[in-house]
Amino acid sequence: MKRYVRLVLAFAAIIVLLAACEREARRFQEPATAASVPERSQSAELSAGGNGTTVPIGNAYEENAYAISQGKRLFVWYNCVGCHSHGGGGMGPALMDDKWLYGPEPVNIYRTIVDGRPNGMPSFAGKIPEGQVWQLVAYVRSMSGLVRSDAAPGRNDDLAGTKAENRREPAQPKGGGSPPPER
Amino acid sequence: MRPVAPACILLAPAFASAASFQDALRPMGPQAEHIHDLWLLMLWTCTLVFIAVMIAYGLALWRAPRSSEHTPPLVHPPEDAERRHVIVVSSAAGLSAIALIALVVASVMTDRALANLPLKNGITIHVTAHQWWWEAVYDDPDPSRMFNTANELHVPVGRPVAVRLRSSDVIHSFWVPNLHGKRDLIPGRELMIQFRADRPGVYRGQCAEFCGYQHAKMAFLVIADDPEAYEVWAEAQRQSAHEPQDATQKRGQQVFLASPCIMCHTIQGTTAQGKQAPDLTHLASRQTIAAGTLANTRGNLAGWVLDPNGVKPGVNMPPVLLAPDDLQALIAYLEMLK
Repeated sequence: MKRYVRLVLAFAAIIVLLAACEREARRFQEPATAASVPERSQSAELSAGGNGTTVPIGNAYEENAYAISQGKRLFVWYNCVGCHSHGGGGMGPALMDDKWLYGPEPVNIYRTIVDGRPNGMPSFAGKIPEGQVWQLVAYVRSMSGLVRSDAAPGRNDDLAGTKAENRREPAQPKGGGSPPPER
Repeated sequence: MRPVAPACILLAPAFASAASFQDALRPMGPQAEHIHDLWLLMLWTCTLVFIAVMIAYGLALWRAPRSSEHTPPLVHPPEDAERRHVIVVSSAAGLSAIALIALVVASVMTDRALANLPLKNGITIHVTAHQWWWEAVYDDPDPSRMFNTANELHVPVGRPVAVRLRSSDVIHSFWVPNLHGKRDLIPGRELMIQFRADRPGVYRGQCAEFCGYQHAKMAFLVIADDPEAYEVWAEAQRQSAHEPQDATQKRGQQVFLASPCIMCHTIQGTTAQGKQAPDLTHLASRQTIAAGTLANTRGNLAGWVLDPNGVKPGVNMPPVLLAPDDLQALIAYLEMLK
């Protein structure tokens, strides 16, 4: 009996260890679609005010440290930093605060990147492959502490003015924030 | 290669197939020759030492006292035999020390010779290593004459080349065995390697510091041209990309500009100005794609665009799934970028 219990415990430990590996897993061939995304935004979403879709669509990348850090690289490479800086905002809204103009769910962020938003945010449809958009989504959510801290990026090699993503306190997402002014 | 040619003959079979493509034993410039000379000195010194040790060992076995159980033990060895042993052992130790010191001196002198390559009338290339490709910017006092290329360096024969090395991610190492030894590229620092190619040819280089999944497929070519040919090449590289001529090429350009390619690649003369991937302005003038991984052919290009992860698993380039017609047009356009 005791032996049986030990066997079960060992088996459970292996399962837990294997599950933990997922956090670091790095897939070379991305599945074609990470999640099914609703068709284009309805016009109501295009106005500021936080009435975005709140259909919860999980983003598998939020569990994966490699995907989030890749999102962090893409955030620089694709020049998101040009307007949003490293999350603190500039010409574009800040991304590391708790205010979400268009909703905090992964699908809201996905739509923002793919469709664009009024007053400045361009559409990256057809420019950023879908897998990379989801990596960016995971990174954007990590900026305000909305992903697991053991999967979020650690501190940078160079000096940074803010805490590393994995040390940010998760803040309760709120609607609102100020959209960029019309030009 | 002067008096030491026998070593090459001795070792030739192992390297014969590589010809002079990537071969530290066929130096093509003064730097590689210094290293080659040092290597031969060490090889022959160690060979002589090895032979001497083996002879001494054989002698010792041959001269070993063969005693039977009735031989009385030798409690007090004769005085002169003891003295002879001391002399033999200390002179052997002295010779070893002299040989080692000679090798140290030779090594230091080689280092000094390597550092003393005159750089007058040379060219400067800024090379930045990325996972897993090489970015090259040819320097010029006139900024409008600087140009970018990737994974393939052309250098003029007989003129010194200073390569300034940087890394954008992890530690890599720049190694063209025919021209010089290795030099690491370290994030946050700039190091320099200087060499000269004395004979025209195509010399393969390779990242020599493990840098991730595709370290083995991070190669590049150094092509040593006659100075006139080099100037012609450099002038061509300074130009913007050719304009598409026929309808297919025009469509290919449209496909390029409307697809994810534009996020990372540059083609001078178009709106594509991404800086995270190799400059494609003169892609068709290069012999290889994907950092020396594949020959630059139509089929390889198409395969690379559709499935880069099949060729180099882990590469940052995402697959670009294009309709067959679009792909054909895109390849036609890329093949035109001489």
